[in-house]
Amino acid sequence: MIVAARIFLVGGLTSFRALWYWLTPWIYVPTMLIAPIFQILLFAYIGRSAHLRSDEFYLLGNALQYASIPCLFAMGQMVSGERYQETLGAILVSPAARIPLFLGRSLPVIVNGAFVAAFSLAVGSLILGVHLPASSLPPLALVVLVASFSCTGLGFVNAAISLRVRENAVASNAIFGFLLIFTGANVPLDSLPGWMSTAAEGMPFTHAIAAARKLAAGASLGDVGGLVGAELLVGVIYGIAGYGLLRFFEVQGRRHATLERS
Amino acid sequence: MSSLRFLAVSWTLQFKMIMRSPFDGIGNVVYPLFFATVAFFVFRAGHSPRTLVYASFGAAVMGMWSSVSTSAGSAMQRERWWGTLELLVAAPRHFALVLLPATLGLATVGVYNLAATLLWGRFLFGVHLRIVHPLPFALAIVGTVLSFGGLGFLFAVSFVRWRAAWVLGNFFEYPVWLICGFLVPLALLPGWVHPIAWALAPTWAMNAVRESALGGTPLPDLAACLGLGLGYLVLGVLVSDRVLRAARQRGSLALT
Repeated sequence: MIVAARIFLVGGLTSFRALWYWLTPWIYVPTMLIAPIFQILLFAYIGRSAHLRSDEFYLLGNALQYASIPCLFAMGQMVSGERYQETLGAILVSPAARIPLFLGRSLPVIVNGAFVAAFSLAVGSLILGVHLPASSLPPLALVVLVASFSCTGLGFVNAAISLRVRENAVASNAIFGFLLIFTGANVPLDSLPGWMSTAAEGMPFTHAIAAARKLAAGASLGDVGGLVGAELLVGVIYGIAGYGLLRFFEVQGRRHATLERS
Repeated sequence: MSSLRFLAVSWTLQFKMIMRSPFDGIGNVVYPLFFATVAFFVFRAGHSPRTLVYASFGAAVMGMWSSVSTSAGSAMQRERWWGTLELLVAAPRHFALVLLPATLGLATVGVYNLAATLLWGRFLFGVHLRIVHPLPFALAIVGTVLSFGGLGFLFAVSFVRWRAAWVLGNFFEYPVWLICGFLVPLALLPGWVHPIAWALAPTWAMNAVRESALGGTPLPDLAACLGLGLGYLVLGVLVSDRVLRAARQRGSLALT
């Protein structure tokens, strides 16, 4: 149990620190702190141009949805980064239990994703002059954390794909794009075709964004409990599926000697 | 003549390499389609007099810009990673002639991007396009490619001192989408943004494409777009001379 806890905490933290070997402030600030602000502004102005929804609608949608960048890319990097540094084989040959090994690596990713979303929300609201009620801030922080958790679940699937696909950046960008369209971040779900809004129910962010908008409109945490629960459930399902895929591709990689294929 | 032949051969080679790259050849074409799709949905659901045709051309030029901005910033950096930068700098040709085909190649992928977005709008959203002035429209596309290639060249030589040059290229994707009138008219943006937009060729390229497609006077916009593209090119040559001289003096070309 103690060994598992050490793998979870120390292993996860070490892996995340290794990510900062190349994720310097020169990269982190433009991609994680400035780019989401421009994404929020872009869609808020497109919304104004198209006369569709208010700035608040796009602020909340895009601030939360942008958490997908740190969550998807960092989880993908969990595999491709190890492969690049030629440590993937050493990790997967170790007898360490896989659940604490992989979950430990996802914990800092969740925290970072939530930080990026919260920062974007705060700065975006200041720039656009969107007022969020003070009473909504604590539940909004919880929703942001749950959204980040949920997307990190999807990030597990992305990490598993990285065991088989070389171009992880292309796959991560594609998933980001689908989330941008489907989750209601910019297009109201009732304006999407039926099959798309149905598919959106099974994607990270859909329920969190809806919950965040209700909270900003004055709802209490209890009012959006169902949405938050649904978002959590989506994250758990993706996490389990991703873990299963990781184990499957690990076995396949050993069998076909393709772990180090780069 | 020899320089033109050199440019043509290098452009062909670079274009082939870009099309073989999953990131530049596939990712950079598919990625803007996601944004185009959002734009189509937003404009279809909205109550604006601006139509899906307006969004279609805007999204198409957005895609053209994406293919340049994300990769041109690191065009020189890539040569460094491949270990070919020193060889290219030492080549008897002016370095600008060696690097320009790489960014022109990226801008040319943008034409594929433009076509993909327009077809996407046609078949998925039923956007029927009728080009009012076909010849000026074709010229506007060529002008857009050339000016984007020039701006990409300026990015490539300006960012070479940064190890994370690719980030700076990415960084300019959203701001240019926002302020150059692709999907948001300049009139909606604060006044202080306008002079910045006017100094950017994508603003004039977008105007030229729309004016030629929807009916208007595209030639002044096209002239401004080409003029700015030429300006970026001249500035890029000056910057590359200065950067390379400094790198030679300090032995810092490899940045290791």
